[in-house]
Amino acid sequence: MSRVITRRQRNSLLIHVAAWIVAIACLAPVSYMVLASITPQRVLITTPLQWIPSHLDFSRYVTIFQGDADSVGATFRAAMVNSTIVALGTVAISMVVGILGAYAFARLRFRFRRAILVLFLATYMLPQIATLIPLYLILNSLGLLDTTGGLILCDCALVVPFVLWILSNYFLSIPDELEEAARVDGTTRMGALWYVVLPAARPGIFAAIMFAFLLAWDEFMYALIFTSSDNSKTLPVAISEFAGRYTTDFGLVAAGGLLAALPPLVIAIIFQRYIVSGMAAGAVKG
Amino acid sequence: MTVASAKEDLVSPPVRRRKKFDKQGRLAFWLLLPACIAVFGVIIYPMFRTLIVSLFQVNSALATVTPFVGFGNYLHVLSDSDFWAAIGRTFYFTIVSTALELVLGLIVALLLNANLKWRWLFRTIVVIPWAIPTIVNAAMWKGIFNAQYGALNALLTQLGIIHQYQAWLGDPNLALNMVILADVWKTVPLVAFFLLAGLTSIPTELYEAAKLDRAGWPRIFRSIVLPMLVPSISIVLVLRTVEAFKVFDIIYAMTRGGPVDGTSTVAYFAYETAFSDQNFGVGSAISYIITIFILALSAVYLRLLRRSEMSLL
Repeated sequence: MSRVITRRQRNSLLIHVAAWIVAIACLAPVSYMVLASITPQRVLITTPLQWIPSHLDFSRYVTIFQGDADSVGATFRAAMVNSTIVALGTVAISMVVGILGAYAFARLRFRFRRAILVLFLATYMLPQIATLIPLYLILNSLGLLDTTGGLILCDCALVVPFVLWILSNYFLSIPDELEEAARVDGTTRMGALWYVVLPAARPGIFAAIMFAFLLAWDEFMYALIFTSSDNSKTLPVAISEFAGRYTTDFGLVAAGGLLAALPPLVIAIIFQRYIVSGMAAGAVKG
Repeated sequence: MTVASAKEDLVSPPVRRRKKFDKQGRLAFWLLLPACIAVFGVIIYPMFRTLIVSLFQVNSALATVTPFVGFGNYLHVLSDSDFWAAIGRTFYFTIVSTALELVLGLIVALLLNANLKWRWLFRTIVVIPWAIPTIVNAAMWKGIFNAQYGALNALLTQLGIIHQYQAWLGDPNLALNMVILADVWKTVPLVAFFLLAGLTSIPTELYEAAKLDRAGWPRIFRSIVLPMLVPSISIVLVLRTVEAFKVFDIIYAMTRGGPVDGTSTVAYFAYETAFSDQNFGVGSAISYIITIFILALSAVYLRLLRRSEMSLL
């Protein structure tokens, strides 16, 4: 082994050190939250802080999972169910609607194609607050206030433009010839979409599903105004209420927050490799 | 438009082309109808209603007496110094957070693309902050910045950097910067992955050619990586600017606009006016002014984007 460090080795070392720093910056705040959720309240507020508690306290998780009907736990469990329904409903509807629309944008030529696409993308520029008051009145008159259905309806309007954008770019990257071959064999356009385009667009579809799920799970403003009870309150609203009410018990907020973060974390980690392959074609046409 | 379809256009006679165009148009109509209902149905009509409301004095959700005030609400907002202070803070938030996210995001993207030993593990770790919901992120940083028991105080004191616990969210200016820090932590991974997508589409031949020319890393970065990344960077810039200008969730959950309005951005200001003060007319006017600000910003960006030959746009 030569004792002289080559330039290449030095660069590689620098890159690894930088990667470690980034990894620690990503993990440190989350680790603190994990620790806080299992540190006894008494220990958590001592100065100087004892980072690793001498004994662990899982009582907050017990409260959340087993607390009776009037406790924080019941609200949290209801919110978990509501968030799941809203996110899955939004993803399902947005994907179906988005796939059909994206196919039209990517493959068909029609009048005002560009104008319509720009209009869809422009909705992303609008602040949610500008639609809040009328939407409240509309949902109220339809009897959809404080229901998961009403929330799904509103969330879809936020998610569909994103799905359209990712998928129409991805569909454009799939060679026309694939589809033409199928259509020469007598397949209809919809048949070609289902049997040829969709399988070829799998990375883009997964990326779109992931973005849609995270957006829906994260949505806060509509949920804040349109929900008022355990009937439809989603996790972001429940957590922000927790954090407002139990200002002294950070451990409880941390425990609830971690559980609320678990589904999107699992999905993001599983689908992580599709972000790049799904966007690589999606973001930029070379 | 692809070469294949352009060629087809040349071959087929104009009449047939027109017919085909109509047929495609009809199919496109049916394919796009669900998306139009889902998006415009929920957005266009409410936007229109908000415009109407912004011209009236509406002081309760169930108000029966709502005098017409024309542009009175707008004039009221535009002459309100609190509004301009909120706009100033929003611009500060937008510029600082977007700039930090772009620079840090580019660094992380280069690391994600580098030849690392445990690359899959590194990519998995970097995804984590992005996957954490905004409200949970806000609650987490609120705990970390806590003046009595927060982890930041504990860490800095134990390292001997500060000698007294600080109220990180207690001072208006400091609080705004702390909220920016929390927002940047969550968003850098997303920006990094966007830019990584752009990085991976750079042909390796370009790097090889540069190496043959004995170009160093700074030169490769400046002459190959940056120019090739311009489209990705511009998309990220538009998305992040718009998002930052609309920022609401993290402010609501971390500081409720305080202390002394130090973190009250314009979307939060609009929310407070409409829902806390029950002043729906003025609240609607503010949300329209925000919309105009964002559309103006986007128009500038889109012009730049078109110049960089973006797909679809």
